[in-house]
Amino acid sequence: MSSRARLWLFAAAAAGFTACYLWGLAGLPGFGNYPGPYGLIINKIAVAQTNATGVVSAINFEYRGFDTVGEEFVLFVAATGVSMVLRHLRGERERPARDDALDRAQSMSSDAIRLAALVFTGPAAIVGWFLATHAQTSPSGGFQGGAVLATAFILIYLGGQFLMFRRISPVALTDAVEASAAGGFVAVGIAAVLAGLPYLANFLPLGGTPGAVTSSGTIALISFFVGVEVAAAFVLIVSELVEQTLLVPGEGR
Amino acid sequence: MTGPALAVVTPYTTPLWLMDALQVLVLVLVAAAAAGVVAVRDPVRQVIALSVYGLLLAVLFLVFQAPDVTLSELSVGAVALPVMLMLALAKIRARAKHQDSRPEEGDQ
Repeated sequence: MSSRARLWLFAAAAAGFTACYLWGLAGLPGFGNYPGPYGLIINKIAVAQTNATGVVSAINFEYRGFDTVGEEFVLFVAATGVSMVLRHLRGERERPARDDALDRAQSMSSDAIRLAALVFTGPAAIVGWFLATHAQTSPSGGFQGGAVLATAFILIYLGGQFLMFRRISPVALTDAVEASAAGGFVAVGIAAVLAGLPYLANFLPLGGTPGAVTSSGTIALISFFVGVEVAAAFVLIVSELVEQTLLVPGEGR
Repeated sequence: MTGPALAVVTPYTTPLWLMDALQVLVLVLVAAAAAGVVAVRDPVRQVIALSVYGLLLAVLFLVFQAPDVTLSELSVGAVALPVMLMLALAKIRARAKHQDSRPEEGDQ
């Protein structure tokens, strides 16, 4: 195709796209205006119905809990896929963690990075754990908590403590923790079925105080499982990648 | 905490024009950072630019009143994703170096 023809093709496509895009924009509700009824209804009934004051969590783990199971397994399958693809190939061997350029032991991270890692590891662990176990009050739950918790592990690695990172998160253990947490979520749903309720229905008694950890039944339990699963999945993916950087292809295959 | 106390809605004290200005400012910053990620050519620097972009995106979500998304973006976009990309770059570099050192034998 000549460059002239290509230009015409692009012009036609761009014009068509722009027209459709503007048409779509014209049909959008005004900025910040929400026309649907569901948000307003949920805002009115959620606290009374679930005893959770963090309505985002109430929606995630209660009203649309079934979708959340699906999302949970998206991450689970992703982590499984990473460990399958990044397995040790035949003949691959691990090289010592040495600096390639100068043939000395791996240089330490800079002082600035180590200090930042030192300062933020503790808070990341505490905030992550708090978020994962307080879904009913915080503006989020297990997913955010788990991701923040995993950040604490990654910070230990970034701080140059590779051996420490490996010791506190051995792959076999992380694997098992991830799988059991994902299974725990499903088990909560099945427990509801055994109690004669729909899958994932909130079968635990609600406490008297809205917002307390024990007050919102299965919401806190599910959030806990999701938090552990997400943290383990992230740590697993990162440890697999860390190990990959230490592998060299074998002599002959 | 008593029941009725929950029904009290905290009044929205920040002036509206200030929030509008903040939202426009953050949108412009995010657009600039996104352009920056594309403009940087060196992969390692690009990962750092991507991390800064993730951080700004987290601020954007906060300003648009989605604190839950802020927390995910902060840990996934600003930390986890850049770390994964850095590790991938390290792996590619190690392999390239290994192949350079043994050009005769081939690597099949």
